[in-house]
Amino acid sequence: MSMALTHEQKVIHFLNRTGFGPTSEEVRKARRVGIAAYLEEQLHPENIPDALIEEKVAALKTIRLSSRELIELYPQPNAARQQAMQTGMMAQPQMEGPRVVILELQQARLLRAIYSRRQLYEVMVDFWSNHFNIFAAKGADRWLTTAYDRDTIRPNAMGRFRDLLLATAQSPAMLFYLDNWMSVSPTIATARLGPNNLRRGLNENYARELMELHTLGVDGGYTQKDVHEVARCFTGWTIVRPRGDGRFRYEPRLHDEGSKTVLGIKIPAGGGMDDGLQVIDLLARHPSTARFISLKLARRFIADDPPPSIVNKAAETFRRSSGDIPSVLRTIIDSPEFFSRDAYQGKVKKPLEFVASALRLTAAETQITRQLLRYLGRMGEPLFLAQPPTGFPDTASSWISADMLLTRINFASDLVNNRIPGTRVTAGDIKEKESIYQMMAPDSLSTATRDALAETEGVQAMALFMAAPEFQRR
Amino acid sequence: MDASRRRFIQSTGLGFLALGLPPAFLVRTAAAQHGGRKKIFVVVFQRGGMDGLNAVIPFKDRSYYALRSSLAIAEPGSGEERAVDLDGFYGLHPALSPLKRMYDKGHLAVIHAAGSPDNSRSHFDAQDYMEIGTPGIKSTPDGWLNRYMHQTRKESSVFRGVAATAQLPRMMAGNATTLTLSSIEEFRLRQEGLGPVLQKLYTNTTDPLFRRGGESLFGALLELRNIEAKIPPAKQTYAAGRFGTALAQIARLIKADIGLEVAFAEVDGWDTHVNQGGATGQMANRLKNFADGLDAFYRDLGDQMENVVLLTMSEFGRTARENGNRGTDHGHANVMFALGGPIRGGKVYGRWPGLAPELLHEGRDLSLTTDFRAVSGEVIARHLGHNDLTGIFPGYRLTSTPLGLIA
Repeated sequence: MSMALTHEQKVIHFLNRTGFGPTSEEVRKARRVGIAAYLEEQLHPENIPDALIEEKVAALKTIRLSSRELIELYPQPNAARQQAMQTGMMAQPQMEGPRVVILELQQARLLRAIYSRRQLYEVMVDFWSNHFNIFAAKGADRWLTTAYDRDTIRPNAMGRFRDLLLATAQSPAMLFYLDNWMSVSPTIATARLGPNNLRRGLNENYARELMELHTLGVDGGYTQKDVHEVARCFTGWTIVRPRGDGRFRYEPRLHDEGSKTVLGIKIPAGGGMDDGLQVIDLLARHPSTARFISLKLARRFIADDPPPSIVNKAAETFRRSSGDIPSVLRTIIDSPEFFSRDAYQGKVKKPLEFVASALRLTAAETQITRQLLRYLGRMGEPLFLAQPPTGFPDTASSWISADMLLTRINFASDLVNNRIPGTRVTAGDIKEKESIYQMMAPDSLSTATRDALAETEGVQAMALFMAAPEFQRR
Repeated sequence: MDASRRRFIQSTGLGFLALGLPPAFLVRTAAAQHGGRKKIFVVVFQRGGMDGLNAVIPFKDRSYYALRSSLAIAEPGSGEERAVDLDGFYGLHPALSPLKRMYDKGHLAVIHAAGSPDNSRSHFDAQDYMEIGTPGIKSTPDGWLNRYMHQTRKESSVFRGVAATAQLPRMMAGNATTLTLSSIEEFRLRQEGLGPVLQKLYTNTTDPLFRRGGESLFGALLELRNIEAKIPPAKQTYAAGRFGTALAQIARLIKADIGLEVAFAEVDGWDTHVNQGGATGQMANRLKNFADGLDAFYRDLGDQMENVVLLTMSEFGRTARENGNRGTDHGHANVMFALGGPIRGGKVYGRWPGLAPELLHEGRDLSLTTDFRAVSGEVIARHLGHNDLTGIFPGYRLTSTPLGLIA
């Protein structure tokens, strides 16, 4: 299997990994400008005009609203009814509640995955959303996730890791999801907060996941004692009224002012908000973090079990560049490991990747209805709705159960036969079958798939193609 | 009563299990299996780390009330919002009261201070360890339920191992073919005409991952069509929600008698860091959903529970002391439930380690006295009749004092 990839295969492989499945336009462009130049362009998304997709997203009514506006305009239906009764007004018929907010987040995510020209950037937004996962259906996060996506993840997805980490640490959505907004110094007298206040001491949920999932990794060298100390450092990092203003605030009176020791580093007493900032810096600079982030990126871009050589190189770049995300991506993508025969078609597409690539391949016109999103849920990836802090998995075995495979197959045939409300595929656009196969998997369709395609007629061959193993891979 | 004296008294001398000798009862069980109806093992995973101390309350351990000033469940007495007495020492959370009937009938056992001996307080790692069955060793490629299936290789039905989930749980992943089935009704091709060509494609593909996925999928699609008439409709007694739906489907497969031996269901929402609630509230609602599911399953199967053992587990328990937000953080030992006709129920198993400060694990969590592999191993050996557990739980030596959980 040491045979090198052909140039055609390299182009498709590159586009498959740095985006949500190639379009014929992108294939032509990559052939024209070359892979290296294409990559450089994608690493600077701010220079790629993308008005078309931003217009589509702007048409969604909740995406630009502040958390406060969302809470006011989309209250829980029963809360809205109550308010209407109190004020003697009929509940507005358009009171759809926060389900609409989450629906539009899902629509925006999928719209961008399908139509954005900043494909690598959108891949990174998806990657970091998953790395810094929150569960949009948990309490106030129903209204805080829109700002999380827009103001926390997206502006930092191609920046410096440390800035992204700090932004998540100060995001109301994360503070709420991992309960840090409630975590206060255990020494504060209950009397000061009132007897019914839930905030009466430490909560270690955020501190643990910050080290286990966001930075060092579970074997990154921290102890239960460190979890406790980090939790103390972040006391007072809270939210001004989660279901009101929904803003971050540091509250000095809730902070544990004693001295702490984190990973062997002494943090002197009286540091206030600097305690948390110091922890962020300490973790962002830690060699375990460089390794852990590099491993996860290499897993996303190269293989479920990436070669140690590329993880080492990426970690080295991470350290040298102080966590500059584009630099680390360049190391990973512009590498022999990336373009190796072993890596080619080695990853199984996540449901989002599968669905987006199918819609891109068929040039579908879609309004991303609930019915379409339901397929993603049944395939195992309901967007923004992964409940555990680990987010969705990124390894093949998690995505290919009989149930999930069946949903993928059914999606392919429903798509091609125009049975998904709000989504249309035009038969004329997919008649160049042979060139499509060649484009998706140059010289690498198995005999089984070729034979099956040969005995299938018309657009049904397209359904079969998208249901075949080759199209489940990237 | 002094907590430390509450040791489980061995009723049977089963020490020879550890020596690998085939005790007479094992031979009997195995023989009985060929004649009688199929034995079935259902695992329920409670994801998120259930707070075992508030599920089954050690109300006679005085430290419990000191540790939980706002979360504690009152000891049994008159009134609704109190623990339901089991044996004068432990009581069920009031939301679990449907389980009391099964306990009284001798069909439900509780195993307290049980779980995984690994120290991890990571949800991910702790779940993984419990599913692959090798706490502390991450490289194990398959799940212990799958290893059981693979090593026994009984007559193979595509429905022998079914997870009533969309995603295949690690516990059932491995060399034996297993099926995920989140909805029997929706488990069909939307375009039947593509079936034969797709099946051929997947059978002949050189991609091993998809060949196996296809084998499971198309095998089940075909088989399901053949036996559809045998599967009874879902009973309406299950509460809405994923857990009830999953158990209802498992019950239907059991009743259809189509070769189900091992089944898996999961129920989440146990990660109660904030505002956990006491007799009512967040966790009480989860417990009610959990107990209602088990109750509906138990009633639905009726006499057929004679051949069924259902075992529950959760990746870790929670801190003995409540945290600063009327919640609990990630802890260590937990409680397990074993339900079914073969269970020697009406009893709380396991040695109680005590909740006094010096007895807590790392000064904060309930200590572990029963390994979940001892419990699961007994079910596999004594219920399913598979004696040799070395391949199911490699590196684990069964204790010389089995719990005696199975009649």
